[in-house]
Amino acid sequence: MTPDTLSVTNPLKYKSTPVPMPETSPSLQPPSLVSPASESPIKARVSQLNFYYGDYRALKDINLDIREKRVTALIGPSGCGKTTYLRCFNRMHDLYPGNRYEGEIMLYPDEVNIIGPKVDPIEVRMRISMVFQKPNPFPKSIYENVAYGLRVRGVRKRSLLDDKVEEALKGAALWDEVKDRLHDLAFTLSGGQQQRMCIARALATDPEILLFDEPTSALDPIATARIEELIAQLKDRVTIIIVTHNMQQAARVSDYTAFMYLGELVEMGDTPTIFTNPSKKQTEDYITGRYG
Amino acid sequence: MKPDISSHISRQYNEELEDIRTRVLQMGGLVEKHTEQALAALLKGDAELGQTVSTNDYLVNKMEVGIDEECNQIIARRQPAASDLRLVMTVIKIITDLERIGDEADKIARMAVRLAGEERLKNDYMEIQYLGNHVRGMVHDALDAFARLDTDAALRVAREDRQVDKEYEGVMRQMITYMMEDPRTITRVLNVIWAARALERIGDHARNICEYVIYLVKGKDIRHISLDQVERELRLESGKA
Repeated sequence: MTPDTLSVTNPLKYKSTPVPMPETSPSLQPPSLVSPASESPIKARVSQLNFYYGDYRALKDINLDIREKRVTALIGPSGCGKTTYLRCFNRMHDLYPGNRYEGEIMLYPDEVNIIGPKVDPIEVRMRISMVFQKPNPFPKSIYENVAYGLRVRGVRKRSLLDDKVEEALKGAALWDEVKDRLHDLAFTLSGGQQQRMCIARALATDPEILLFDEPTSALDPIATARIEELIAQLKDRVTIIIVTHNMQQAARVSDYTAFMYLGELVEMGDTPTIFTNPSKKQTEDYITGRYG
Repeated sequence: MKPDISSHISRQYNEELEDIRTRVLQMGGLVEKHTEQALAALLKGDAELGQTVSTNDYLVNKMEVGIDEECNQIIARRQPAASDLRLVMTVIKIITDLERIGDEADKIARMAVRLAGEERLKNDYMEIQYLGNHVRGMVHDALDAFARLDTDAALRVAREDRQVDKEYEGVMRQMITYMMEDPRTITRVLNVIWAARALERIGDHARNICEYVIYLVKGKDIRHISLDQVERELRLESGKA
C-alpha cells in the first residue's frame, strides 16, 4: 500500500457512535439473509407438471412456485431434468414432434396456463425469454440482434427501436462497450460480450420472466462475475430462473434454490438454508460432492 | 443432517476433513493434559510441574495456528457447503476455545508456581480440587461429544456449566471467609481465587464447544438461548423426523 492510499482519517480521532441494537428474538431460527418468501407474490405456479420425450417421462409431478422478482436457481446432476423443466417455460419443446406436456404452468397475475394447447408459443416467448449456455448471436449486426424480437413483434418505428435497443443494452451492462459499433457484426464481440448481448436481446421484449440455461459455463471468471452482477441488477425488473452446474454460483445469485434428481423435485427452499442446512440427504450429498 | 466426512467423491477432501477433525481432538487432548497437570501442580504445590505447563503452552498455540491455516486452505480450495461447511466453521471456533482453555491452564500453572512456596490453606484446596475435576470432565465430555457428534451428550455437558458456576460461587464464599478470618492470607487467597476463576472460565469454554457441536449436527445456532428452550426445540425436531 502506498502512503497516499492509506486512510486519511486519523485513527486516534475515532469516535464510536452508538448503534441502535436490534430487537433480538429468542428463537432457534437464524435470521434469513433474503427477504422472506411470503413477501413476494407468486409469478408462476407449476403444478403436477409431467413431461414426456415420446415414451420417456423426463419430469415427474413437479410442483414448484416461482416468486416474482426473485432469482430461483435449479441445481442437480446432468440428466435430472433441469433444462427440460426450464424449456417448458417458453415452449421450446414444441419444436420437436412427440413431446408432450401434462399438468400446468400458471402465469400470474393473468392466470394463463402457458403450456395449454390453446396458448400461442410465440406469445409465450415474448413474455418469457431465454438465454442459453453458449452465446448464440444471429449473423447480423449487434443492433439487429437486439432489435430482432421487436421486429418479429412488428415494431417498425426507427426511433422506438433505437430507444429499446439502447435500453436493453444498458440493462445488460453492454451499452458503454458497444455504443460506437452497434452496426458491427455480433460475432466481433468477445464471448462474454456476446452473452450479454444475448441477454439484451432477451430483455428487449420486456419479458416477465428471464430463463438462464447455464449462462456462464462457456465464460471466463471475469465475464462470469459480470453476468452474475447483471443478474443481481435485473431481479429488480424481472423474475429469473437459472439453471446452473456451478453450485457456488447458485449460492451467490439466487434467492431460492430447487434441487432436482432423476426428473423429480427433491427439495426447494431459500438459498441460505439449502446451502448450510438442507433437509434432504440427496441434496446434502449433491451440494457437498458426495456419491449418493 | 448428521455430518459424514468419509463419502466425498474426492478422497483427498475426505482426508482433509478427517485430518482437521483428528487434529482438533489431538489439540483437545493436549489442552486436557495441561489442565490436569496445572491442577495437580496447584494441589501438590509442585512448582516444577507448574513451570512445565506454562512453558508448554506454546504447543497449544502452535496447534491452533496450524489448524486455522488448514481450515483456510479447505475453504479456499473446496468451498465446503452444508455439513462440511458447518464442520469447518465449528472446527475454527472450537480451536479458539481450546486455545483459551490452554491459556487458563497456563494461568492456573502460574498460580501454582506462586503458591508452591507458601503455606497451604487449611482446607488443602479441597474445593479447588472438586471444581477442577468437574471442569476437566466437562472438557473431556465436550470433546467426546464432538468426536461422536452426540447432541444429547453436548446438551448434558452444557447444562453442567450452571453447576460449575455454583461451585465457583461456593469457593468464592469460602475464600472470603479465610480472608476475613486472617488478613495475612489475603495475597495467597487471591492467587487461589485467580485459579478458581480460571477453572470457571474453562467450564464456559467447554459449554461453548458443546454449543458448536449442536450447530454442527443440527445446523441450529443455539448460542444465547436458554438450554431448556434448546432442548424443547431439539426434541420437537426429532419428533418430526
